[in-house]
Amino acid sequence: MTEYNFNGQNCRGDKIKAKNLNFYYGSFQALRDINLDIPGCAITAIIGPSGCGKSSFLRLLNRMNDLIYGSRIEGTIELDGKNIFDRDVDVVELRKNVGMVFQKPNPFPISIFDNIAFGPKQHGKKSKIELEEIVESSLKKAALWDEVKDKLGQSALALSGGQQQRLCIARVLSVEPEVILMDEPCSALDPMATLKIEDLMRTLAKNYTIIIVTHNMQQAARVSDTTAFFMMEPDRAGSLVEYGSTSEIFTNPKDKRTEDYITGRFG
Amino acid sequence: MRNVSAKQTQKLAMAGIWGGGVITLLLLIVIIGYVLIQGLPGINWEFLSTNPKGGLSGEGGILSTVVSTLYLIGITLVLLVPIGIGSAVYLSEYAPNNRLTRIIRYGIETLAGIPSIIFGLFGYALFVTVLSFNFSILSGALTLVCLLLPTMITTTEEALKAVSYSYREAALALGTTKWQMISRIVLPSAIPGIVTAVILCIGRAIGETACLYVTMGGSAAMPSSLLEGGRTLSLHVFYLAMETNAMDKAMATAAVLIIIIILINALTNLLAGRFQKRLKGIS
Repeated sequence: MTEYNFNGQNCRGDKIKAKNLNFYYGSFQALRDINLDIPGCAITAIIGPSGCGKSSFLRLLNRMNDLIYGSRIEGTIELDGKNIFDRDVDVVELRKNVGMVFQKPNPFPISIFDNIAFGPKQHGKKSKIELEEIVESSLKKAALWDEVKDKLGQSALALSGGQQQRLCIARVLSVEPEVILMDEPCSALDPMATLKIEDLMRTLAKNYTIIIVTHNMQQAARVSDTTAFFMMEPDRAGSLVEYGSTSEIFTNPKDKRTEDYITGRFG
Repeated sequence: MRNVSAKQTQKLAMAGIWGGGVITLLLLIVIIGYVLIQGLPGINWEFLSTNPKGGLSGEGGILSTVVSTLYLIGITLVLLVPIGIGSAVYLSEYAPNNRLTRIIRYGIETLAGIPSIIFGLFGYALFVTVLSFNFSILSGALTLVCLLLPTMITTTEEALKAVSYSYREAALALGTTKWQMISRIVLPSAIPGIVTAVILCIGRAIGETACLYVTMGGSAAMPSSLLEGGRTLSLHVFYLAMETNAMDKAMATAAVLIIIIILINALTNLLAGRFQKRLKGIS
């Protein structure tokens, strides 16, 4: 597990390390003993059947699960060597650094410009010129600029689903994160829009660490460098079955369960 | 056969829904139309610009009652809206889902159902007597705040809860604090619902008579400060109708009341639209 298919080569090494991670909703254990090292500047796909805890895992990485009453964590997740659950970690800073794109495109019901400017504004950037620069560069990075540059004042809700999702990606990019989490970002999109997002992900992976949860195995195979396969144990706790380079997982899985899943025998 | 009956059911349902709508609209038109037709001829500059003479004659105009009403509504809203929105934000965004919260919520719902005269008696005991505000616009406004808070809180809370959870997630995931999320995303998105709450409260405040009678008194004189008593338009309509023979003046006053309600609602909507745009940074 040392040979990663890197894109950028400028950020070699593991960006995120989950160690002995257990996660509970109340008394229900959602994740058991997850150990997973995620390479920087690459795309890691998390696949597995419904309810296997892959979204729960993803949402631990920016501590969105903090919002869930009664959730509890054991073990550590290190981002650049620092445990994100340490007391001195500011969760607001963490989320700025680890952005998230959701399953359903969720632009705010305000203008395109204001959607992108929202994050930087809340983080203290007030100058109009600076905000305009951020909006333009974020939209360009998200491959949306050419489509919206003449209607930045219009409501973001008037965009198509695929455009909305790229807007959400641009919104994440506006606060300059290093890691981008994507929770089934294409499940609400048509194939053309999906393709555009996947192209965009490949481009972004040169400079960002991307972790994508997906139900779509073809998507994982097309887009990711490494793939983690999660599954439910008999008590419904999710665990990591197999992890490796995407080509290895899809062509030569070591675990029988992985093989059964990717060949469509269940899930 | 089944198809036909399903279609017939649909026709019946549509007829019922349309019927309900038409009846509501007709009632509205008939009531407003009746009051306006009866009342408008009595409205002239003299009627609007002089104070009631008092006594049993019903002579005089309505100037002081309009002023008292606007004072009362203004003071009530200044106190009611921030407290109401604050409480609603607490209940919807911060309060943990535990027993205490459930008790608070149950209390608010119960308060909403208590007759206004009970609030009037409470206001009389606390504001008029104990705090020595006497019969005054301030006592009336404070009583109205107590009376209307439950409505304001529950309606605002509903509006906040209707804001999609995905907006909250998106804001938090961008690294905003909870307060930034609430003040910049949730509250602006909820403004139409909050405006509805305010309009509901204004409507009730304007319509109240009994609980104001025991806290504001019924002085027809022009109030010169908040600590003086006054008579609202509704109260004046009541006086004119019940204690004088000046039914024409009661109708004219009622017409003015209706016009004021329409104006206040329009103004509230206009301000809310502006405010929403500014909060969202669109202007």
